This record gives sequence, C-alpha cells and structure tokens, in this order.
Amino acid sequence: MSGGAPRERKFEVAAREALRDSQLRRNLTRATGTIREKRAAVTGEMPDWEALREAGRRLKAETMAHLDEHLVQLEASVTARGGVVHWARDAAEANAIVRDIAVGEGAREVVKVKSITTDEIGLNEALAAAGVTAIETDLAELIVQLAHEPSSHILVPAIHKNRAQIRELFLEAMGLSPAELSDEPRELAAAARRFLRERFFRAQVAVSGANFAVAETGSVCVVESEGNGRMCTTLPRTLITVMGIEKVVPTWRAMEVFLQLLPRSSTAERMNPYTSFWSGVRPGDGPQAFHLVLLDNGRSRVLADAAARETLHCIRCSACLNVCPVYARVGGHAYGSVYPGPIGAILTPQLRDSAAADTLPFASTLCGACYEVCPVKIDIPRVLLHLRGKAIEKRRASPSGWRSAEDAAMRAAAYVLTEPRRYERVQRLARASQGVLARDGTISWLPGYLGRWTGTRDLPAVPRRTFREWWEQRW
Amino acid sequence: MRLSLFIPCFVDTLFPSAGRAMVAVLERLGYALDFPSGQTCCGQIHVNSGYRAEATTLARHFVEVFGASDTVVAPSASCVGLVKDVYRDLARESGDAALVEAVETLIPRVHEFGQFLTDVVGVEQVGAYFPHRVTLHTSCHSLRVLQVGDAPQRLLAGVRGIEVVPLPAAEECCGFGGTFAVKNADTSAAMLSSKVANVLATGAEFVVAADNSCLMNIGGALSRQRAGVRTLHLAEVLASTEAQPWLPQGARP
Repeated sequence: MSGGAPRERKFEVAAREALRDSQLRRNLTRATGTIREKRAAVTGEMPDWEALREAGRRLKAETMAHLDEHLVQLEASVTARGGVVHWARDAAEANAIVRDIAVGEGAREVVKVKSITTDEIGLNEALAAAGVTAIETDLAELIVQLAHEPSSHILVPAIHKNRAQIRELFLEAMGLSPAELSDEPRELAAAARRFLRERFFRAQVAVSGANFAVAETGSVCVVESEGNGRMCTTLPRTLITVMGIEKVVPTWRAMEVFLQLLPRSSTAERMNPYTSFWSGVRPGDGPQAFHLVLLDNGRSRVLADAAARETLHCIRCSACLNVCPVYARVGGHAYGSVYPGPIGAILTPQLRDSAAADTLPFASTLCGACYEVCPVKIDIPRVLLHLRGKAIEKRRASPSGWRSAEDAAMRAAAYVLTEPRRYERVQRLARASQGVLARDGTISWLPGYLGRWTGTRDLPAVPRRTFREWWEQRW
Repeated sequence: MRLSLFIPCFVDTLFPSAGRAMVAVLERLGYALDFPSGQTCCGQIHVNSGYRAEATTLARHFVEVFGASDTVVAPSASCVGLVKDVYRDLARESGDAALVEAVETLIPRVHEFGQFLTDVVGVEQVGAYFPHRVTLHTSCHSLRVLQVGDAPQRLLAGVRGIEVVPLPAAEECCGFGGTFAVKNADTSAAMLSSKVANVLATGAEFVVAADNSCLMNIGGALSRQRAGVRTLHLAEVLASTEAQPWLPQGARP
C-alpha cells in the first residue's frame, strides 16, 4: 500500500463506518456506474466473448495444473536472456531481495510501476526502512500515496476520490498555491506529469509488478494506460519485477486471449494503450540489469485447495469490483486489504490467516454479478460458500467455537429441520408466541441479533395457517 | 404428469399464499399435485452461513423426501438454485457415492415455478387477469443461478389487464443475501434503500418476484416506510383471474 497498512477490522465494522461517507458513496456510484456500462458495451460487441472467457478459464486451469513446471521454464528463459531470477517464499523474503538490490545500487529513490503485489507485501514501507523512497508513478497510485492512504480499487486505487479532493492533495504535496491549479482533469494530469518527470530522469532503479510472464520466452508483461509504467521499465539502469507465481503463462499464444480479455474487462478499452514486454536485458537498450522476484506468499497454499484454486486465475481486471453492489456502497478500504471487492473477499482470507479476513467471505449477498463478468469465469459465489465453510470449521476448532450463539442456533435449526414433526411444532410455537410482537400482521421489533433486521425493515407475522396446514385441511 | 410441491420452509411458514397461488395455477393447468409431507428445508440457511455438515444432512433429507417424485416444482428460485447448484458440491464433499448419485438424478427433475411453466410446460398464457400496475424484481438467483432469462416477463406479458413497468437497475441485488441481511445489516440496508427508491420511481402498486426472500426484504422496507406499495409473488399474479381475483395476504382488513 502506498501509505499506511490497512487496519485489521471485521468487515461489518469497517463497512458501517464507510457507509456514513456520502462523498465516498457518490464518487463510487459514479465511477463504477460509468465503467460498468462501458464494459458491458465493449464486451457485448464481441461475438466470441463467451468463447474467449472459456478459453481464458481453460488456459488458467491448465497453467495451474502444471504451475511448477512453467515456473522452472520461466526461470530458465529469463536467465538465458540475461535476467536474474529470485524465489521468495513470503513478503519478508521478497522485500529483502528488492531492498538489497536497491541499496546495492546505491539508490535513494526507486520509481514504481503500479503493482498491487508490491502493495500486498508492503514493499514501500520496507524500502523506506532502508532509507529508500519509493515513488508511485501511476497517477491514481500517486494520489493515494500522497494521501497516505491504501489503495481502494485494483485498477483505480483512488476511485474513492473526486477531482476536487485530488486538487487539494496536489496543492499540498507539490507546494502549489491555489491559483496555480484548478480541478480540471487536464491540469491535474499536467501537474502530476511535471512532478513525476523529474523523478523518472533521476531514478536509477525501478520496481514493477507483472500482469503476465511468458514461460517459453521469459517475457514479462505490464499492461497500463498512462505510459508512466513504460518510463519505469525503460529509463532506469536496473529493473526489478515482483510477480506472484500465478501470473506465469505457458506460451505467447496465450497472450492472444488475455490481451483481449483484460482491457475490455478492466478499462473497457478495445485495445490496451501501453502493453510492455521485456525479455531479460539487451546491451545498450533499456535497463542493463533485470531481476525477477517470484513471490509465493500463500499462493501455493491456495493452489493446494482444489475447491478454491481458481482464485489464482484472477488477472486483476477489477470487473467484479465494478459490478459489485456491496463494493459500490462500502468502497475498497472496508475490505482491509489491497485486494478489495469480490475477488478480495475470496483471495484475502486465503493469503492471510486472521479472524478479520475470515469475515470477508460473508461480505456478499451471493448475487453472482461478479461471476457473470469475470473474464476467466472464476465462480466467486461458489468459492465464497466454500470459504464460509472453512471459516466455520476453523471457528469450531477453536476452544470457544462450539459455544457461539450462532453455532448453537444452526445446530438447533438442523435438529428441528431434519424431522418434520419437530419443525411443525416450532412453526406452531412461533405463531403462538409472536403475540405481543405482531400487530396488523406485521412485526416491527425483534429482540437481540434479529433486531438488526427490524432496525430498518418490518417482518410479516406468522399467518394463521401454514401452507401445510392449509394443504391438509383441503382434503 | 404428476407434480410434487416443494414449499420451502419460510414460504410454508411466512408466505403460504405464494404456495397456495402456485397450487391454483398448476391445478388450473390440469396437473395432479402431491405434497410430500416429510419436507422441511433445503439447507439454504446452513449453506449460506458456512455450516456445510448440517446442510449436507438437510440435503440428504431433501433427496429422501423427493427421491420418488417425477417432477418437483417450487415457488422459489433461490431454493431451487441451491438444489441445482450446490447439492452436487455437498454430496461430493460428503464422499458418499450413493448421495452423489441420488443428487445427480434428482437435479434435472427440480424446477422453479416460472421456469417450469415457460420451459417445461411451454405456456406463457395461464388465463390470469390482474388489473394493476406492477414492476418486476428479477431476483439474482433466478437470473444468474437458474438463468431464467425473460421467463417471468413473458408470463407477466400473458396476464390480461396488467401494466408492467420496467424497474430501473432491475438486475441489481436487493441486499437480502440470507444471513447477510443481519450479519452485514448496514450494507444490506444501503443496498435495499436503492432498490426501494427504484421501485418507488416506477409508480407501481406491486413489486413482483419469483422469490419470497427478496420480497420479504423489499416488502419489509416498503412496509416500514408506509410506502403504499405491496410485494407479490409471481404465482399470486398468475393465480388471479376475473372469476377469482387474487387478494394478497393482508391486503384486505
């Protein structure tokens, strides 16, 4: 994250706070609504869109089935072309590798291509601790870095901010007077360009993530819209790429599919503006040292779970965030992770073992809008259900797990519902005991936990006859 | 063809009129019906909340109750969706080959009411008369799990006297989500407030859906706000005829 680690809070608590922010709601509704319509238009015009999605899904599934082999091939290809490959088991190892290279180069500053993976491992903070300043060069990433906030969206880290808020940030960070900068997007972009250009020219080391890496040729790919990423991957002497191990693709041929799926799903563009590929190093052209850090950080654990493995298929397009009715209301920060929205709700609890992260699979109505748009057809609702199951299993394995009120209620419900006589008795009991609560066929107040329902909604009272009573009396 | 009725637990208990309406329509179409009395709940609450072991027990119960039925029809896209979409996973996880087999043979025989009419029977006109302005909430599980497409719209189009007004952002979730509505009550309420605003913008008297669960949520807010708009199950609209206009639960004093 560009500034400050996301706080570890239960989703419902963080969401409650976010829901009070009317500016956030307006910014998000506008931004996600616009991108949602555009995406629908540019995918709808493709006659073979569904076939492409299926091809993307298969390519990813086949890659994951032989991930080890593809990674070893990638290492060989990159090495053969003059690159250096490093393997990092976790965030600490990856950060140490990058830090040592940067410090070894004598760098006080590194310029960065937008990379969520480096946010995931907290690279900027690790570099800062070694006296190296990381400068985010993606416009939206720069905005959240200047705001000392974590990213709130996979593609548009500053989606929660509008241009007036961005202007204020720039005024302060760039030392401008109010008369020097308006909130016109063109002026804001120009200010960022001036700010960044200086830094591009003096940077000796750049850090990037990777959208893809082709095993057969050792070619690493970054897909971006601004060209700032390309500045980073071409100008500095040394380039370090931190890449999650799931980003490898076996062949060039696969890029045909992904370079169609990704831009249309993410920015709703027919073709991506800046698609950079580099294969090792070439004397006299571009960086003269290239390091590829292959990061696990929990990914092989995800791979081991057959029911959740497809989480690793994600190509980080963010289409699922843009269509998610929960995300549109609470924003990215409520997820307490650099991976927000539906994909974050399944990825974060698998990468991070924490009680707060375990609330994320429950942060969904299972409406399925995410699955419908996913370019590689990740069945997010199914994985959410699976992870809910794992969260409950984990809680039950803890000393107090079996004594939670919910657990008791669920066990009681199962006991009642497996035997029709018991179920009918409970129906009659509910009807008989609703007396004081029900008025004119409506219940407007319920005690305790159920009061969360009646806080904003009525509930119908149990009618005089259940369906089954009516059915029996018919005969 | 003989049909077995699957009336999900909350429909049975809280919304029996949706079940009765489905009976009225199916009998009007000439079907013989039975109601396997051992039925209780499909296990949706447990699956939704992560209690998969308990859900599997209920799935097993469901399969036993309906194992002998040729065709099962239910007035709930969500519960039918669970049977068709999740039972396979539960059975597989249980490692019980007999359960896997039983689930596989049962799945194609279970139908959501509206989809049964349009896709299995092939009717869109069921002789209904409903002289009211309505809007349709296309519930998420109808749309995305069962993929009913425009089946409810076609059924409503076949109703005489009806005026169907399109619901803005109809495909967006109402915020119910089962236990989500209480676990994440604030987010749920935020989603519901958009849905209610869209419903009110249509000027409809009734919001119609193929699921009482969404309707319980949307209707709960409409009732709390005294909005003067009622919810109605699709089956209740289709049950209404000139001879016997359907009176929704509680619509009369």
